[in-house]
Amino acid sequence: MPQALKIDWPRNDYSRVPFRLYHDESVYALEMERIFRGPVWNYLALDAEVPNPGDYRTTWIGDSPVVVTRAQDGAIHAFANRCAHRGAQIVRRTHGNASEIVCIYHRWCYNLEGELIGIPFRRGLKGEGGMPADFDLKAASPRRLTVRNFRGVLFGTFSPEVEPLEQYLGEFGTGMVERFMHKPVRVLGYSRQMVNGNWKLYAENLRDTYHASLLHEFFVTYGVDRATQRGGVKMDARHRHNMNHAYAATDTQEEARAAYAGQAGVQLDRMQLRDASLLKYVPEFADGMNLAAPTIFPNMLLIQINNTLATRQIRPKGVDSFEIFQTVFGYVDDSEEMTRHRLLLANLVGPAGFVSMEDGEAIEIIQKATRPETTASAVFEMGGRGPLQDLAHRVTETPIRGFWSYWSELMGVEPEGAIR
Amino acid sequence: MSPPGRPKGERPSAEREGSPSSGVPREVRDAIADLLAEYALRLDEDRLEEWVELFDADCSYKVVTRENVEQGLPNILIWCANKDMLRDRVASYRDVNEYNLHWDRHVIGAPRIRPGASGAWQVEASYSLFQTDLEGVSRLFSVGRYQASVLVNDGVARLREMVAIADTGSIPTLLATPV
Repeated sequence: MPQALKIDWPRNDYSRVPFRLYHDESVYALEMERIFRGPVWNYLALDAEVPNPGDYRTTWIGDSPVVVTRAQDGAIHAFANRCAHRGAQIVRRTHGNASEIVCIYHRWCYNLEGELIGIPFRRGLKGEGGMPADFDLKAASPRRLTVRNFRGVLFGTFSPEVEPLEQYLGEFGTGMVERFMHKPVRVLGYSRQMVNGNWKLYAENLRDTYHASLLHEFFVTYGVDRATQRGGVKMDARHRHNMNHAYAATDTQEEARAAYAGQAGVQLDRMQLRDASLLKYVPEFADGMNLAAPTIFPNMLLIQINNTLATRQIRPKGVDSFEIFQTVFGYVDDSEEMTRHRLLLANLVGPAGFVSMEDGEAIEIIQKATRPETTASAVFEMGGRGPLQDLAHRVTETPIRGFWSYWSELMGVEPEGAIR
Repeated sequence: MSPPGRPKGERPSAEREGSPSSGVPREVRDAIADLLAEYALRLDEDRLEEWVELFDADCSYKVVTRENVEQGLPNILIWCANKDMLRDRVASYRDVNEYNLHWDRHVIGAPRIRPGASGAWQVEASYSLFQTDLEGVSRLFSVGRYQASVLVNDGVARLREMVAIADTGSIPTLLATPV
């Protein structure tokens, strides 16, 4: 059990965040318990990834290994991927299909619901040995999660106290999931990126609309997304989820040129793509957004950049490392041409993405440079201090402060007079 | 391709597609060996624009992961469907993208060469790609296999199609410079 955590917040509105929170092992241990295994809904996988009875996939909640299965009756289950006996990983493949799941060490056997159903030599051999008669298989089963399938997205929780999923997602979250999952999806594949940084730097990055058009210069250079487009950030009532969004074709080249004039390192009209297929947007959402990136606390991002669609899951791998697990998808009724278009646009996202590769580097150089800091803090004042509110522009870091406010609430470390 | 640790009772199928490079003319083998050597050196010497010129006018370049390939999933990490896109990738590295500053070092294994469709040669070779940061710390960045379709004319080989299938699907930090 980690010791009680004490944080000296310089301010109560999270406009300063101590760097040590990205490096402290005890903070990390407490996060796994109070955030990922706490009263939240974690993104597990897509329903479309386990379409048939017996299908399973491994996933992660924080740094806890989890198996997601579809039982014979079609119901989805999830449980800790850890044998009830000696704690070995039960499922070692990333995915597969099975009628039962057996640990290789002593062949303890589980059904697809995650219940322990068999132990070799349980009654001993020729009347000798074996388990005590009162050993309760069911009670010894690995820890099971509560799973909900919302519009084809599987969420799970270890917490018996968490609010109902739809309430947790809020109007904002349910609306966004419904938007992306408005018809059956087809998984096009995965990408993984292992970043040497604390997972919260990525949670912040996903809420940082300020960096998008500055670090990811491709956005601006080739006009995929500019801060001058109509757009903004929205948060849920608790400021834990957020969404960066923009509407296609809502600024002019002149407006953009004027806005970015004199910004070091960012220039419009400097270059042209020889082949502009990457920039093509086939309108497919009624709301007109060509960029939507809703982030669901604590571990999920849904992302649309033009016609590339994906989920991302943050998988912490220790205090200074995490994996970004991305699932790229389209829709079952996509034409062959549309699938090709989506795959071509997959060049924009992922570890080699024209508008995403930089994040890995930005996070690693923060992790490196802040390691020795015991007292200094990061500055989050773009977009203002004080109350947390939605904004109809994207030159803001307010959603990052929103993240920290909910983080602090769950961790039990809010400063005196904390804003929420 | 069988998944690692195939289920018990399953045996690997016999050699799928004929024998190794024995029937391939010497000049073809030499041209392909030269091509792969140039491929590695031009990338490692940061001559990316010249690396692009190892591709035929009609070409494609992809980086995919073994995890996706073995599941029959088409997702890509990088896909340049023609030479213009290849040039755009390079131009973007040069002038637009930010990435970890490093040197690359490719080590390419001996190629297996077989006759392919429409006069092209099907080439497969293993690669290791190491990255070294500017303070001299090296790491293994990626291992995998190239699957190429190569045209050989007058002793000169050009890439019609190059697919790098990375075993290292968990990309360390990010993937910027070509594999």
